Amino acid sequence: MSGSHRISPGLLTKSATAIEFSFDGRALTGLAGDTLASALLANGVRLVGRSFKYHRPRGIVTVGPEEPCALVDVLTENGREPNQPATTLELVAGLVAESQNRWPSLSFDALAINDRLSRFLPAGFYYKTFMAPGWAWEKLYEPLIRRAAGLGRLQAAVSEHAAPAETVHEHTDVLVVGAGTAGLAAAAHLGRSGLRVLLVDQDVALGGGSLLDARWSSWREAMLARLQELDSVSCLSRTAVVGAYGQGVFGAIETLAPAAIAASGGVRERMRIIRARQLILASGSVERLIAFPGNDVPGVMLAGAALGYLRRYGVAVAQRPAFFLNTDEAYEAAFALADAGVRCAGIIDVRPASKAADRARARGIEVHSHAVIAGVAGRRCVRALRVTDADGRNRRTIEADGLLMSGGYSPASALASQLGAALVWQPAIAAFTPALDSASGYVVGAARGCFGLAAAAQDGEKAAAAIAKNFGRSLGTLSPAPDLPVELEGTPIAAVWEIPGRGKAFVDLQHDVTTADVRLAHREGYEHVEHMKRYTTHGMATDQGRIGGLVGSAVLASARGVPLSGVGQPQPRPYLQPVPFAALAGMEVREHFKPKRRLPLHHWHEGAGATFVSVGLWLRPLVYSKQTGWDPVLNEARAVRRSVGITDVSTLGKIEVQGADAGRFLDFVYANSMSTLAVGRARYGIMLREDGMMLDDGTVSRFGPEQFVLTTTTANSAAILEHLEFQLQANCPTLDVLLTDVGDQWAQFALAGPRSREVLAAVVSGVDVGNEPFPFMAAAEARFAGCAGRLFRISFSGELAYEVAVPASQARSVWLAVLEAGKLFGICPYGLDALNTLRIEKGHVTGAELNGNTSADDLGMQRMLKKQGDFVGRMLSQRFGLSAPERLQLVGVRPADPARRLRNGAHLVLRETDASSLGYITSSTPSVEREGWVGLALVAGGRARIGQQLIARSMIHGETLPIDIVSPHMLDPENLRVRA
Amino acid sequence: MLRIPCPWCGERDEIEFRYRGDASKPRPAADAGLEAFSTYTYARENRCGWHLEWWLHVAGCRKLIKLVRHTLTHEIRAVGRAGDSLTLPPEGSGG
Repeated sequence: MSGSHRISPGLLTKSATAIEFSFDGRALTGLAGDTLASALLANGVRLVGRSFKYHRPRGIVTVGPEEPCALVDVLTENGREPNQPATTLELVAGLVAESQNRWPSLSFDALAINDRLSRFLPAGFYYKTFMAPGWAWEKLYEPLIRRAAGLGRLQAAVSEHAAPAETVHEHTDVLVVGAGTAGLAAAAHLGRSGLRVLLVDQDVALGGGSLLDARWSSWREAMLARLQELDSVSCLSRTAVVGAYGQGVFGAIETLAPAAIAASGGVRERMRIIRARQLILASGSVERLIAFPGNDVPGVMLAGAALGYLRRYGVAVAQRPAFFLNTDEAYEAAFALADAGVRCAGIIDVRPASKAADRARARGIEVHSHAVIAGVAGRRCVRALRVTDADGRNRRTIEADGLLMSGGYSPASALASQLGAALVWQPAIAAFTPALDSASGYVVGAARGCFGLAAAAQDGEKAAAAIAKNFGRSLGTLSPAPDLPVELEGTPIAAVWEIPGRGKAFVDLQHDVTTADVRLAHREGYEHVEHMKRYTTHGMATDQGRIGGLVGSAVLASARGVPLSGVGQPQPRPYLQPVPFAALAGMEVREHFKPKRRLPLHHWHEGAGATFVSVGLWLRPLVYSKQTGWDPVLNEARAVRRSVGITDVSTLGKIEVQGADAGRFLDFVYANSMSTLAVGRARYGIMLREDGMMLDDGTVSRFGPEQFVLTTTTANSAAILEHLEFQLQANCPTLDVLLTDVGDQWAQFALAGPRSREVLAAVVSGVDVGNEPFPFMAAAEARFAGCAGRLFRISFSGELAYEVAVPASQARSVWLAVLEAGKLFGICPYGLDALNTLRIEKGHVTGAELNGNTSADDLGMQRMLKKQGDFVGRMLSQRFGLSAPERLQLVGVRPADPARRLRNGAHLVLRETDASSLGYITSSTPSVEREGWVGLALVAGGRARIGQQLIARSMIHGETLPIDIVSPHMLDPENLRVRA
Repeated sequence: MLRIPCPWCGERDEIEFRYRGDASKPRPAADAGLEAFSTYTYARENRCGWHLEWWLHVAGCRKLIKLVRHTLTHEIRAVGRAGDSLTLPPEGSGG
């Protein structure tokens, strides 16, 4: 048995394979091909959830992704996945689903009291009610409201091995969204032109509305067969286009069939980023609800959904359903159910007369013309309906166990709106249709209000012909398709939006927004449809209020006393349906979230016991120890000060600058002069932004008249390359200069300490490294342990030091050779922490001081700015404000009591009680050269304060500390060591 | 997301490029004075309409290119190399 309400085979459940599942602990049986919703309905389950705010009993309302009510939790081995629409959740063996937002149980929910209290809980009530005291919102009201409202709860244990989603990039000439008769006809025609066509549809099967009409099956099969034959056409079912991003870019989410997940390595979703030269939007229409009192009682469903459950799954959603409708199209469901043997309790048609009503009466179905539903009896399921004439008179009661409603059809034009289409009111169909310019796409079929399967198919063909013509293609000769079934003549819609009466009439079933809430919004001044939406949250739930969107606008129009065309609809934004974060993340999760850049010597550092730190994308050795604390750092720094150390500085940006005008170009991008640099010399350089602030620093070395190499800070390497390329191409287009990024080609080591020359001498050839022949700031090509490279005498540590650059592939052998030669002097590899200790003692700046807010003068470098010639930042750096004496200037700081430590970020104040800050500590470290800690700080008028005492105040640590302001050059201010 | 027709590489996704600002403002001559440099650095119109822009193809040819783009509709009307002079369509036309 697969349920007592299964009365025929159903298009998707033909195989009749039984599947066991459970809902709220109850074991049930469904069929392969079922959704959870169809399986529940087949078993006669009508109550499936409690509503968001009032905890009212709710049932299944739709047959697709527009479902507002039937959201469930799915329990898996990884936890609980909330808010899954039962109407799209495909049934798999052993599925365990639970209803949401109820306690203790679905049939008895304690918070249903909210429904009785609803006059105290109108739209926006929490803005007004929970105002004071101020602290209470966060601590009391919000947690309480969050517990009472809301839907499912996320409770997922993220599995380490869970497969990521995939991202697929699609390129096509024409994207066809929707595979109903319009989309199928368009794709089949365009396929003949040789244009690449991508046809996507969110449903598990292609065919759209034709799946619900047996007369269309041969036409549909013929079209699908034709598409199959065409190599230029790709078809994707289960793929929902969720956003239009302009320039022909669309986002789509493919949800894999449960059976396909294992074969795809556990991937459940694919995000498809589609780039198309032209669009055919054949997304059909959405049936609307009618806002009558009790339109949310379980058993009230859209008429088209009932037809869907019958045709797709062979399920009769009720045993004695009544209908409430206003179009001839909606009668299809009544006729189909009658054909299947379901007794109809009566059709309530708003219109005084219609051709379909005549046909129904001829079949012996009772039709109440010019009548409306004024109320629903029954709480957990429809029991009876109160019917009145359209003018409210002549009350009577109809016994029924279901009410199938249809308020007409709204074109599903959200994607067109995202592409800028204006909405045009069409009184003939009581709906807005999108006016999209043909450069952005063609809207066809029901999506533009062209209703009827045959009319839509012809509309699709016309668009295909127009597009083929625009591309200069011929459609060729078509083999004749089967004749289109003839459509019966019908009577037009009579618009009906709300039926006044006692009780709540909902316009948004998921967010519990009623017609009264919309009117309240209007009374309180929220007259614009976008304001009403935000005040009431109408249309802001996961279903985006699709089946009631226009109804809310109509109620607002009535409250304002203007025509609906003057109110419009809120702008629909991406995503059109919920998208799992996993699908957006794709493969870029965990270690693939961002790339890791490893140094050429990464494995050596690892073997040497390094602790690594992420610097941008780089992994750099922080210290060669797993021990925490300062001791290992200070041991490394001390080795440099006393003897010799080596550190890997390969992460520095390195850019080769070549050409006849290389020197002129460097003069333009550096604030100090570079063209005067002699071959074989290096120079420290600073770059400014055009606004005069510090951009970056580094060294420039000249290896030939037309050949320079510059270094950038690690963090700025990519940005400086872009900056130089921009300056060269935009502002110096006539210069003969070639820029080449060689950052990854060269490994670079700093060999630092008083014994560094002796170590270097043992491995270098081609250069005499004596102090006279190779002085401070010299640069030369040389060989190191036989490997060709470059040697620079530059120092970041403040000691006698060299930097050795060799091709990255040779890094290991040269590094090992230097270590071997250094053994005699106890050479010590040092990490980023020790590097930092050394540079702070010396007063060298890094990113903490080059923070974008500092000028050259702030850092004591004003004298470096050249007086002659133009350079980036020259003019604006001369503004007096950038060298004003009260600006934050770089100084050194030391605690007055050497036993106490400094804190980065601590504010400097005059007196302990001062709230106004004079500046802050940017960098600090325990010193190896001096007793206690040393630091750098940016202090208002700092240079004039050298010799004064201030208070360092760290609010985070609750500490105040007297500190001495000193020169930033706390080590060897005469630069004797680097020149030794 | 923009699809940018690089004159060197063909049409590519926006993520391959870095926006480098208003291309209708040439850098003033060295002797142009503080006012001119201040305008060049800070004054931006933020207009709704056609805009001449610099884009650097960082994940492609690394060439600087010029685009004529409509800031409301994102339509790209013209594209050129760094040295090309592109003219903006009249205000209110197209886009």
